[in-house]
Amino acid sequence: MHIHRAERLWLIFGVSMLAVFLAVITTAAVVDGFVPPSHVQSIDPTKVSQTPPFDHPGLRQVGADAYEVYYVARIFAFTPATVTIPRGAHVTFFVTSADVEHGFSIPETGVNAAVTPGWVSEVSHTFATPGTFLLICNEYCGSGHQLMAAKVIVQ
Amino acid sequence: MSSTTGPIGLRADAPAGGKTSLPLSIAAGNLLALTHIYTATLVLGIGALFGMLQGLSRANFIIMPPAFDYYRMLTAHGVLMALVFTTFFITGLFTYCVYTTMPRVRSTKLGWAGYLVMLLGTAMAAVAILDGSASVLYTFYAPLKASPVFYFGATLLIAGTWFVALDVFLNVSIWKRANAGERVPLPAFLATCTLIMWMIATLGVVAEMALLIPWSLGWTSGIDVGLTRMLFWYFGHPLVYFWIMGAYTIWYTVVPSTYGGKIFSDSLTRLSFIMLLLLSTPVGLHHQFLDPGIAAGWKWMHMLLTYGVVIPSFMTAFAIFASFEQAARKAGVTGFISIVRWLPWKNPVFAGPALGMILFIFGGFGGIVNSSYSMDVLVHNTMWIVGHFHITVGGPVALTFIGATYGLVPMLTGRKLFAPKLALIQVYLWFIGMVIMSTAMHWAGLLGSPRRTSDVTYFGAQGAATWHGQMVWASAGGVIIAISVLLFVVVATGTFLADQRAQDAPSSFAFASTRGALATPPAFDRLTRWGIVAIALALLAYAGPLAEHLSAHVYLAPGMRTW
Repeated sequence: MHIHRAERLWLIFGVSMLAVFLAVITTAAVVDGFVPPSHVQSIDPTKVSQTPPFDHPGLRQVGADAYEVYYVARIFAFTPATVTIPRGAHVTFFVTSADVEHGFSIPETGVNAAVTPGWVSEVSHTFATPGTFLLICNEYCGSGHQLMAAKVIVQ
Repeated sequence: MSSTTGPIGLRADAPAGGKTSLPLSIAAGNLLALTHIYTATLVLGIGALFGMLQGLSRANFIIMPPAFDYYRMLTAHGVLMALVFTTFFITGLFTYCVYTTMPRVRSTKLGWAGYLVMLLGTAMAAVAILDGSASVLYTFYAPLKASPVFYFGATLLIAGTWFVALDVFLNVSIWKRANAGERVPLPAFLATCTLIMWMIATLGVVAEMALLIPWSLGWTSGIDVGLTRMLFWYFGHPLVYFWIMGAYTIWYTVVPSTYGGKIFSDSLTRLSFIMLLLLSTPVGLHHQFLDPGIAAGWKWMHMLLTYGVVIPSFMTAFAIFASFEQAARKAGVTGFISIVRWLPWKNPVFAGPALGMILFIFGGFGGIVNSSYSMDVLVHNTMWIVGHFHITVGGPVALTFIGATYGLVPMLTGRKLFAPKLALIQVYLWFIGMVIMSTAMHWAGLLGSPRRTSDVTYFGAQGAATWHGQMVWASAGGVIIAISVLLFVVVATGTFLADQRAQDAPSSFAFASTRGALATPPAFDRLTRWGIVAIALALLAYAGPLAEHLSAHVYLAPGMRTW
């Protein structure tokens, strides 16, 4: 089978480009920890309100500048609805759903995770600038999906 | 050489004279392919109307009434466009590819059975969506619980395509026995290769239905949500490649005939489709990068394989442009600009697919971003994704199918294309509308606007304020596309109803001849073996994440109707 010289060059160029992309993404994952949220922890979706720590959702301080927030997603709201954190805080969000599939997204921050009933999602972010951030459900969850939002206030 | 140089299909049995007193009769095999294509045309018309209303809703120009709310309409739009329009067109196209390149006296019963099962399934799903018992969008993520009628309908739609695939496989096998030692004609090869991939992929969604149907009937009390998501995307990504392979079939074998060109290389065309067969399925986790319950390593592996499936698309891009250049040089035209100008931009059968190719350059770049693991976090479930699949399935795929319809309908019916200038305006309007809409969607996504949401104002929240302008642009693009689709339906149905006999043999839809088909390694034609390799690859890619999932303590979700 004959492969034209120009085509060989084109394929070498294309495959090299993909190899560079792969190297960049992999280096960022290994060195800087840039991996998509992939927490593996199951939870009974019918008993979320009795299962610690989701029986008391909310903010916990776990270090000098480190916080954890436990969220329960339920049609069509997040609990807690408002969280206030100091500027520069490193926050780890743990989210689970008590009913159907939801999303957990804080636009323009890179905080983005799927929330699947039966599983706990984990995603973290350092809030460097003050402001009121909109937290939204970005997976269709029913007729009130467009109303499902909360606030993260950075002071 | 077994490759074909012209229209050798079952030709329309057309009486002499221009306008006939009786409608032109159509040969049985042609009627089957034609029925698929007109079904796709009609579905595209309805789907585009819903799409336009969605754009206007999101830009807050209109509010959909409760009797036909946004999410019901969005479900209808997604199912009609992603599952019904594309599938009917492709099954019609492949039936045509095989019937014309393997002519014999044949029964079309199996083909018709397939069509009717697909139609019945579509009708059932449509009833469930319209009566509001299945507003679950086209991904039907559990534990949103639709009525069993919806799941049964979707399953029948898939089952119908299996009849069509079986008809194609039987025809190819009969032809092979009668033509021992000859190469399978390229269009039939591409059809068979794609349908083997489709059979492997649809097993995933049928397995998912085997969980969803008893659950929706109330026979089981809970559903393993993680498993249904994995099964859906095991099917969901090859679904995308099913569309693309349908479009590539036309790019490789039909488009060159519109400018008197040849297929660049028979062997490389077959090789690229074998690669697509192998690599379309083991990549589904790149749709689940943000899912909990799947370790990051499996996601990385699927990213790697997704990069692999880009290679046959690089090969296709090369082959298409090489075919342009060779034909132009043969006609004495050289230089980039001159070659571009020489191409038949006034023939909608060329212009549709060619404009689609331009869009696909951008669609391909966006796709690499989406499949890039940590980068996907920035765009996942935002309007960027909506922009991406509109510039891919709504760009190269739909424009190619539309352009091919302009060639196929005259070819299959022996009629003249109705209002060819309108057809030409139509494909350019679509292109313009899609550029505007898709750009606005991509931009809104980068600003963080979520997809699948009827209203994105969030009570006037600060973070949402920047999205509205892009939604207005997207709705403007949507209106242009809807006008374009209306013209398409007018031309396609007008061609049938006007019933004007073509004076000369319809030549706009013909398979181009290949170079050096005999030089192709015979191993390429052993598609059963390649199919087994594809199954093995899919099993390998999913064994890890599946074992991880099943070994975890999985809780079932009861499910509910939240709409």
